[in-house]
Amino acid sequence: MKIQCNGKDTIIDEGVSIEKLLLELALNPDTVVVECNERIILREDYGSHILVEGDELELIRFVGGG
Amino acid sequence: MLTIAGQEIRSRLLIGTGKFSSPRVMAEAIAASGSQMVTVALRRVDLNDPGDDIMSVLDREKYMFLPNTSGARDAVEAIRLARMARASGGGEWLKLEVTPDPRTLLPDPVETLKATEVLVAEGFKVLPYMNADPILALKLQDAGAAAVMPLGSPIGTNQGILTRFQVAIIIDQARVPVIVDAGLGAPSHAAEAMEMGADAVLVNTAVAVAVDPVRMARAFALAVEAGREAFEAGLGRRRGEAEASSPESGLGFLK
Repeated sequence: MKIQCNGKDTIIDEGVSIEKLLLELALNPDTVVVECNERIILREDYGSHILVEGDELELIRFVGGG
Repeated sequence: MLTIAGQEIRSRLLIGTGKFSSPRVMAEAIAASGSQMVTVALRRVDLNDPGDDIMSVLDREKYMFLPNTSGARDAVEAIRLARMARASGGGEWLKLEVTPDPRTLLPDPVETLKATEVLVAEGFKVLPYMNADPILALKLQDAGAAAVMPLGSPIGTNQGILTRFQVAIIIDQARVPVIVDAGLGAPSHAAEAMEMGADAVLVNTAVAVAVDPVRMARAFALAVEAGREAFEAGLGRRRGEAEASSPESGLGFLK
């Protein structure tokens, strides 16, 4: 199925949780904040939050800045 | 000691983490600065380079994080970034930045005040980046800002304190700490801010783009300490006319 991930069309399997997607992308779930359809997902919900067709995900983290 | 929102902070030099040539240089420069509070920004993960994670080089035990809302063009965007920062484990501290014009990066006073009101109500410790406007500083303070951060000159310009007159009024009136932010391009600029009675300064570009950022960080640390010491020692008044330092009497033998 198709979702949007950081502005790009991305094909993922059905039934994938946010946690699983982050691990597949080699991202540390502890340092990435996730917005799904402009709603922040709590870190403790990464494992239980299953993505569905058309979801718009933003994966955000801290970078250098002033 | 510097106290912001009831929290004692060891160093009066705050350091930004942008523009460094490598994470290693950044970490060394921050260590050399003696700073306890560092700013960070929030951006999309680069999915082509997911290993590039600032959190892996910054020790959260050693440094307080001050996430900024850089990139926000209005209050709504700044509030969204603030909530993301908190969800990322950034804590309650926030450098609020609302800069609608990419050419000047000057802060929007109306949107900054609006966002401050909302975020203070949500429990954030808000440190708004602001133009050096004494009236706005009072309004932000009344809205619950934990400190105010007037600019010396526009972000990244290294021009020093072009807003000296207004910053002096802000310092005179403030009941919250005043942190001079943006445009400090040389240690002498930081010393000047501290001599004027600023509670702290925030420096990023001047350190990050120096030929030797680690030594420049140390230079800023010394300047901030010297400026603060001079402020506390009490500077002499500026005068319009000369006044001899040596005694004027006892010169009869020259006549």
